[in-house]
Amino acid sequence: MQLILCPHCGPREETEFCYGGEAGVPYPDDPSVLDDEQWARFVFVRANPKGAFTERWSHAAGCRRWFTAVRDTRTHRFLDVESIGASQPPTTPRR
Amino acid sequence: MTRIDGYGHALDRTRTSTVTVNGRRYTGHPGDTLASVLLAHDVGAIGTGVKYGRPRGITAAWTEDPTGLVQIEEPFPEPMLLASTVEITEGLVARGVNGQGRLAQVPDHARYDRRHTHCDVFVVGAGPAGLTAARRAARDGSSVVLVDDRPTPGGTLTGTERIDGKPALAFVDDVVAELAAHPDVTHLQRTTAFGHYDDGFVLALERRTDHLGSEAPAGRSRQRVHRIRAARIVLATGAIERPVVFEDNDRPGVMLASAARDLLHRHGVLAGRDVVVATTTDSAYAAALDLAAAGARVQVLDARAEVPPSWADRCAAAGVAVTAGTTVRGTVGEHRVHGVLVGDDRAEMPCDLLLVSGGWTPTSHLVSHVGGTLAYDEALGAFVPGEQLAGVDVVGAAKGTFGLAAALREAGGDDAPTAPEEPSTPSLVVWRTDGDPSRQFVDIARDATVADVARAVGAGMTHPEHVKRYTTIGTAHDQGKTSGMLAAGIIAELTGRPITALSPTTFRPPFTPVGFAALAGCQRGELFDPVRTTAIHDRHVRAGAEFEDVGQWRRPRYYPQPGEDMTAAVLRECVAVRTRVGIMDGSALGKIDVQGPDAAVLLDHLYTNLMSSLKVGRVRYGVMCGHDGMVVDDGTVLRLAEDRFLVTTTTGNAAHVLDSMEEWLQTEWPHLRIRLTSVTEHWSVFAVVGPRSRAVIARAFPGLNVSNAGFGFMTWQDTGLDGVDVRLARISFSGELAYEVNVASWYASALWDHLVAAGEPEGITRYGTETMHVLRAEKGFPIIGQDTDGTVSPHDLGIGWAVSTKKADFVGKRSFARAVNHDPMRKQLVSLLPTDATTKLPEGSQIVAWCDDGALPPPPVPMLGHVTSSYLSAELGRPFALALVTGGRERIGEVVGVPVGTALVPARIGGSVLVDPEGARRDG
Amino acid sequence: MTTTATAAPGAHLPEHLDFLWRSPEPEKAYDVVIVGGGGHGLATAHYLARNHGITNVAVLEKGWLAGGNMARNTTLIRSNYLWDESAGIYEHALKLWEGLEEDLGYPILFSQRGVLNLAHTEQDVRDSVRRVEANKLNGIDAEWLGPDEVAKVCPIVNVSSDIRYPVQGATYQPRAGIAKHDYVAWGFARRADEAGIDLIQHCEVTGFHVGGRDGDSVTTVRTTRGDIACGTLALCAAGHSSTLLDQLGIAAPLQSHPLQALVSELLEPVHPTIVMSNAVHVYVSQAHKGELVMGAGVDSYVGYGQRGAFHVIERQMAAAVELFPVFARAHLLRSWAGVVDVTPDASPIVGRTPYDNVFLNCGWGTGGFKATPGLGWAFADTVAHGRPHPLIAPFGLDRFVTGALVDEHGAAAVAH
Repeated sequence: MQLILCPHCGPREETEFCYGGEAGVPYPDDPSVLDDEQWARFVFVRANPKGAFTERWSHAAGCRRWFTAVRDTRTHRFLDVESIGASQPPTTPRR
Repeated sequence: MTRIDGYGHALDRTRTSTVTVNGRRYTGHPGDTLASVLLAHDVGAIGTGVKYGRPRGITAAWTEDPTGLVQIEEPFPEPMLLASTVEITEGLVARGVNGQGRLAQVPDHARYDRRHTHCDVFVVGAGPAGLTAARRAARDGSSVVLVDDRPTPGGTLTGTERIDGKPALAFVDDVVAELAAHPDVTHLQRTTAFGHYDDGFVLALERRTDHLGSEAPAGRSRQRVHRIRAARIVLATGAIERPVVFEDNDRPGVMLASAARDLLHRHGVLAGRDVVVATTTDSAYAAALDLAAAGARVQVLDARAEVPPSWADRCAAAGVAVTAGTTVRGTVGEHRVHGVLVGDDRAEMPCDLLLVSGGWTPTSHLVSHVGGTLAYDEALGAFVPGEQLAGVDVVGAAKGTFGLAAALREAGGDDAPTAPEEPSTPSLVVWRTDGDPSRQFVDIARDATVADVARAVGAGMTHPEHVKRYTTIGTAHDQGKTSGMLAAGIIAELTGRPITALSPTTFRPPFTPVGFAALAGCQRGELFDPVRTTAIHDRHVRAGAEFEDVGQWRRPRYYPQPGEDMTAAVLRECVAVRTRVGIMDGSALGKIDVQGPDAAVLLDHLYTNLMSSLKVGRVRYGVMCGHDGMVVDDGTVLRLAEDRFLVTTTTGNAAHVLDSMEEWLQTEWPHLRIRLTSVTEHWSVFAVVGPRSRAVIARAFPGLNVSNAGFGFMTWQDTGLDGVDVRLARISFSGELAYEVNVASWYASALWDHLVAAGEPEGITRYGTETMHVLRAEKGFPIIGQDTDGTVSPHDLGIGWAVSTKKADFVGKRSFARAVNHDPMRKQLVSLLPTDATTKLPEGSQIVAWCDDGALPPPPVPMLGHVTSSYLSAELGRPFALALVTGGRERIGEVVGVPVGTALVPARIGGSVLVDPEGARRDG
Repeated sequence: MTTTATAAPGAHLPEHLDFLWRSPEPEKAYDVVIVGGGGHGLATAHYLARNHGITNVAVLEKGWLAGGNMARNTTLIRSNYLWDESAGIYEHALKLWEGLEEDLGYPILFSQRGVLNLAHTEQDVRDSVRRVEANKLNGIDAEWLGPDEVAKVCPIVNVSSDIRYPVQGATYQPRAGIAKHDYVAWGFARRADEAGIDLIQHCEVTGFHVGGRDGDSVTTVRTTRGDIACGTLALCAAGHSSTLLDQLGIAAPLQSHPLQALVSELLEPVHPTIVMSNAVHVYVSQAHKGELVMGAGVDSYVGYGQRGAFHVIERQMAAAVELFPVFARAHLLRSWAGVVDVTPDASPIVGRTPYDNVFLNCGWGTGGFKATPGLGWAFADTVAHGRPHPLIAPFGLDRFVTGALVDEHGAAAVAH
């Protein structure tokens, strides 16, 4: 039962947050050019490291904003948090 | 009776209470525990051991006791409590147990609650170190919570010590009074910190009423779980005295030295008249002297080669004989100790109480819970807290700092209280003495002996965890509080490995057992999960609706009239809707307001069909898939303005759809200018459905052009009623002419009443979800989650028309390109008509190939699919079903078999739309 | 005064056997190296010897044998899975369980007391009937019971309508049961050791040496106890599989999550069967000694810490007391957590890898224990013949590429 540092609200109870899995897996620019294997990787495969893991979390019962966190999966402790968009260039959805 | 006058600071001797244990009545005083009452009456054995059935008595005076288990029968039945921790009240009835408790069949109607507290400093333990730490923090201006699991503060202080020049208990009273005067200090006794989690989070259980018996205030919660979040935690949890293992060390009358001392001072109970004290450490001398002063004949056997001089002098003065370099090898007696066997020649020494001390093990459970390491201290023969945890200070005996003066210094800082320095001589670490290993109990609670450990080692077990599991050591109610270190020491001895090479067992929460009911708290019954009802729930209740749970929602399922069962009611409701008009409360439908210049961009990506081309004023049905191309939700989308859509979702999935939209918006395309708002509760929605619905709507909203030309299918219009905004949409989930009437929920009751009144002349009929399901199934409209299961694509459902071929991409599109999605043998949604026209196929039934002999072959039988929806149709005059069938659309016309009970029911596959396939009815 | 004259029946367990296994030094090379000395690794070793006569085998365990999920699970055994593929492997396992005590010569305390999977909503009922009917057609014992029949099988379940999500009925598999986890693991370990297989503890894999003509095989396993050459490599590392797969450059859709469980104190028999409820997230049995054993839900995030958050336990307790009012007075004695490797379709990943001589077994999530003998049997056969056994063939890694999932997650939605 950790305190998670929401970059927008400050430290809040773990129960207020939703887990979003690995961060930095952008939706492909054009899925139609991917072969089945590449597409399967995007849909299903996520890193599962023992150690520092960059993840997405949402302050679901608070400001409802997503942010990026680095957490040590061995201890479950948060090492760093950062609001989304701080350093990440936006990608444009294809029409 | 061995109650000693002048002792017993916890007792109120002016009052008595009578308790019954194992069928016999005993009298004690408020302040007594069951253990102290029994010992005051010289009761030795109270229960039996788990494996060998040997007698079991009381070994320790608090939660560490491995043996003194009782079952409480009255007034509040509870299994497996320790006699040492049960405070007596008048009429208490208990019995000893044989290793298993019994769950009473009477319901537990007590209240349990939770309290959340944030503080600067949280102190666990109100012994001298904890009190001092709490006082120090309070004087610094910190907000403080101090908890202690015993009924009164003071920890192991007996009253014989002196602190700051005054009697120790007066010091305790002073500190307690000082803390009580601080507005920001909370001090709770009878409160056990049982679990320690990250970032200063501790759970503590407060026992609030049991000790008050019949005097407990009505309405007070029996137990409370405190959830405390502290900036800093001070663990002053003390230490647990450790016995030494010898032959027949399980016999009642063998007790920890500290326990006898505690019983004497707290409860005025002299646990034996003829006492042998076997020790390897200094602290047992205090017990020996105190018991002697109270009138017992006491002899001390010190395993160490030399008797510490200061203790030798005091013992001599008190007439206590001391022998050095001697250990106990065994005990004699039947149901309790009558003597001990001493030294290599096993000389019998008569006694009625054997006190044992093999040193002290710091109580480091709360350090271990949160991942703190423990390190072996050779001198103490115990694991002590290792590297310091951030925000956690361990003080006093819990840290391995023994001696009152040193503990106070450690806890108190600059203004620490003082106590006389006691000379201290090193302990001798002894795990066991020589003897028959099959009668040397390592874990008395589990009846596990040294022979069992030896057998485990002989079987090839080298890791302590394997030995523990082989022998079950440490798994009983006490979780090895006294036996854990002994087991480690004896495993080290028998495996020939240094104890430092054995990683200590990790302690897991809870520190002491916690009732399920206390943990459940008030989350029972209606509070287990919130019940969501619509704004006009009272109308449904008054109309006699039967309800169904849909997610957290409680929705009207049907409205039986007197004498009607569900079948009759639903048939009546269906007929009413198809022939006249019906009204349904659809407010539970999920609704999301999507606003912003880029709203259409987002919806185009999330829906399989095109939403950007939807014109303002119009409505479109849409389907959402996951990345894997499987349907996750559907609903209608109203374009309210160029930059504004109202999206509806399935009732159970609304939160998920909103979350998913937010996720896309925030994590993939934060540059999109969109705001999402859940408006599920804000808008109430009533469906007015059936051929006469136009007349009802016209009567309800006189100014509205309800003609087909003026208000076409899949369009919406705003209107007003008595100055209240109302939005209507022509959406049909039944194939009939239908209007969905939306209003702010504040006005829902008035609007509902208005619509019902307007419908009276047309014979308007209330209908519920069951009728809605029948009507939609007759039209082949799938319910996501009922006719789909996460493995069904839009094409499988026959709604490939809702999958855009124009859009370059949308969620799930790429997965449609995989070969499996084009397999003609995929399961497809079809209808199923039992050929006997009478059997209603149970939903969930499997479908197999029809066998000409009408019999089901023996298993395994290949399955072709299953029945997803099945109803009696008033319109068709027969039962019908929807089903997912492999290659279903190719099989239309084919007869398949549906096993129902022992029969194989033939059913013919058909297209999914059974009523009004031409769609002629939607415009009335 | 009176005391109970005897010890509690069942409150202690049968004795373990006098000798279990050697602690050998690793050899330089083995025909088969199994990584992971948990239930699956040990069962695979046993069946390699028993069914295929392959005994030049080492099982490498980074900690103590069977000290991972095998030591932490709630020992539920059932085979009432929806899809044919799952039913196939789990029913094969259940049949082996029924003869396992004799095969292993070990008192594994397999107790077929049946499992009830409760339904609380109309959709639960549909899903339950669907699963029961599928089970029957697959030759698996299964029944649909109404609330009154549920109460007959397990009288302590609250089937009244005054709870938040009233019990609408349950599926019942009478042959389901529990076993004593350590006894099972040690039974397999003892047999493997007896056959001459080396069980090597405290031996952590640190890397692999890839060789073969085109770099298409693993020749050597690097460990904390030296290099060990292997003919065939079988990976059975459960929650820790991703670490090994990363070293081999194999991408697999695995996420390792904490899964918590708990026990009460020892209680006289009160709960005659096993009850699971997905809707309120509870499953509970009463183990041989008398403790109530419960599993909680999987914690939401990836974590290897073998501990979870307490709010999950509290929720679990609320559900337990809601469904079993008699449990209100029981006490939580100990809680703990394992690390479960979860896949997107909640089915395991078993079969080939891009390396010719490396076979993978992981992703069992909460289902690993019950599959132990069945998986061991089929995986040993796979290793022995160098191709997937038919029972595990549907569970290959390639299904995520083709989309031919075995979606126990979406369709059956029965955890554990």
